[in-house]
Amino acid sequence: MSEESIISLKNVNKWFGDFHVLQDVNLEVKKKERIVVCGPSGSGKSTMIRCINRLEEHQEGSIVVDGIELTGNLKNIDNVRKEVGMVFQQFNLFPHLSVKENITLAPIWVKKMPKAEAEELAMRQLEIVKIPEQANKYPGQLSGGQQQRVAIARSLAMNPNIMLFDEPTSALDPEMIKEVLDVMVDLANGGMTMIVVTHEMGFAKTVADRMVFMDEGKIVEEASPDKFFNNPESDRTKLFLSQILHQ
Amino acid sequence: MNEMNEVRKPPVATTGIIGWLRINLFFNWTNSLITLFVIYCLYQFIPWILDWTIFSADFKYNYLGEQITNQEMCSRNLDPENGGACWAVIYVRFYQFIYGFYPRVEVWRVNLAYVMLAFALLPLLYAKLPYRKYFLYFTYIFPVIAYFLLNGGLGFTEVSTNKWGGLLVTLVLGCTGIALAFPIGIMLALGRRSKLPVISMMCTLFIEFIRGVPLITLLFFGMVMLPLFLPEGIDMDGLVRVLVAVTLFQSAYMAEVIRGGLQAIPPGQYEAAKSLGMSYWRMNLLIILPQAIRISIPPIVNTSIGLFKDTTLVIIVGILDLLGIGRGTLADTNWLGLSYEIYFFVSLVFFIFTFGMSRYSLYLEKKLKTGINMGAD
Repeated sequence: MSEESIISLKNVNKWFGDFHVLQDVNLEVKKKERIVVCGPSGSGKSTMIRCINRLEEHQEGSIVVDGIELTGNLKNIDNVRKEVGMVFQQFNLFPHLSVKENITLAPIWVKKMPKAEAEELAMRQLEIVKIPEQANKYPGQLSGGQQQRVAIARSLAMNPNIMLFDEPTSALDPEMIKEVLDVMVDLANGGMTMIVVTHEMGFAKTVADRMVFMDEGKIVEEASPDKFFNNPESDRTKLFLSQILHQ
Repeated sequence: MNEMNEVRKPPVATTGIIGWLRINLFFNWTNSLITLFVIYCLYQFIPWILDWTIFSADFKYNYLGEQITNQEMCSRNLDPENGGACWAVIYVRFYQFIYGFYPRVEVWRVNLAYVMLAFALLPLLYAKLPYRKYFLYFTYIFPVIAYFLLNGGLGFTEVSTNKWGGLLVTLVLGCTGIALAFPIGIMLALGRRSKLPVISMMCTLFIEFIRGVPLITLLFFGMVMLPLFLPEGIDMDGLVRVLVAVTLFQSAYMAEVIRGGLQAIPPGQYEAAKSLGMSYWRMNLLIILPQAIRISIPPIVNTSIGLFKDTTLVIIVGILDLLGIGRGTLADTNWLGLSYEIYFFVSLVFFIFTFGMSRYSLYLEKKLKTGINMGAD
């Protein structure tokens, strides 16, 4: 493990029943590094990043996030989750709360922030994702793209060091994908450590420091975007790229 | 050009009262026939029921102008031609229907408790009430106040619960049962879904056992067996024993209703809450339960209405609720044969309460739906 790794996965194995979903996965992520993970569906990419904030438990190997090892220790899990923000494919906003309440809830209850301060913070985050005017609406009244931007703002409000994105644009109509990707590009340029599971290869080329290609539970290839797109080593990667780039 | 700008209106025959009548009541000839038949039945029934309950009925005096003190003085018994209801029985026994055998000198305490109950419910029913926070404080301490007020203590003379009766008992059982069963039900529902096997098994066993037993059995259990579990020398009040049975019964049902709501919450909600660093309790209290309870409002109100009516079963263990007082009155030789009046009155009182609950649940559903698009994912 190099000194500056903020996330380190070593020989991680996980099974769903008998299905071996992660097979000896090794991944080192440095501070401020932007990693894009791609691969066919069922390849274990979502499961891998969900292990990083313990939404899934790994069964073998070790995962260390910001110096904290993820084990059954609940306190460690809470501490890791405070460091790691996550954005989901289905947004998962809280439908019974307004946009502003969605964002202030965790700062107020988890970080014990005073309400006024949390509201100010929420408005700042909404400015960053460019929808401050939606603060008092409910999630059900927003478009998919707006909902996903609120979800990003909600994560950012906890001031995480690391952001995980689990196919953030896959549930969106094509014309809304760009507004979400723009926000993510801004975030990347701001120096956030990011792991993004996505099929948006344009986004990958612009922001990724490193590409990770997964298939059948294994990391098949890890390379710089330049090498990955122009000169991939494995045949599996070539096949995947030819399919995804010629849709 | 003018014609182009004109707003096109829907055809006259489909709007307004005439449109409504055409579409709903006289759509085709079978439809019209049924409508006419129903109108005829109503025409027969409504005047008759109005006549029996109001126009030909005795309230306090019979048709001779005498004050009615027993069933023989009812107009319908004096003169079979004059067949209205004899509400005098309700008038004469009104005190018992509302307070049971509560001493008359102390009855102001019950009245005060009724008024306070209304004030305690107010902030729960209207979220927009001004100074709601302070009213809520009152709601929280109301059960304690009501206990001392009704039962005695703190300077009030003690009124033993075997003197309580009528609406008082019905309301005490209904309100306490519903209010206690709600939090217990929530805990049981969460417990049953818990990942900890011991907790989940205990909650499941409790729910299945209580649900598998008729309420009457539980009432007998409360009356006969509960004292056996208590240490010697401690005597449990009869009404409290029944209350324990009713609460246990209701919380098992409430737990299942709320569990249904919990199951409707998509897993993404749990994941989002966890990823924000929320603990189990925060996640459930702030994210999961508010949504689950919202979904479960209709069945929650349904089981609550069920319980409110089921409290009448306490008659079999010798506690006289509203229906019990009614039956007691019927057994009185002075009022023999007035079962129509008494059952009508008891039904009406129950209906007023349960209909109120049902209407309130509809209002809540409408109010909470605003802007929420649950399950849009």
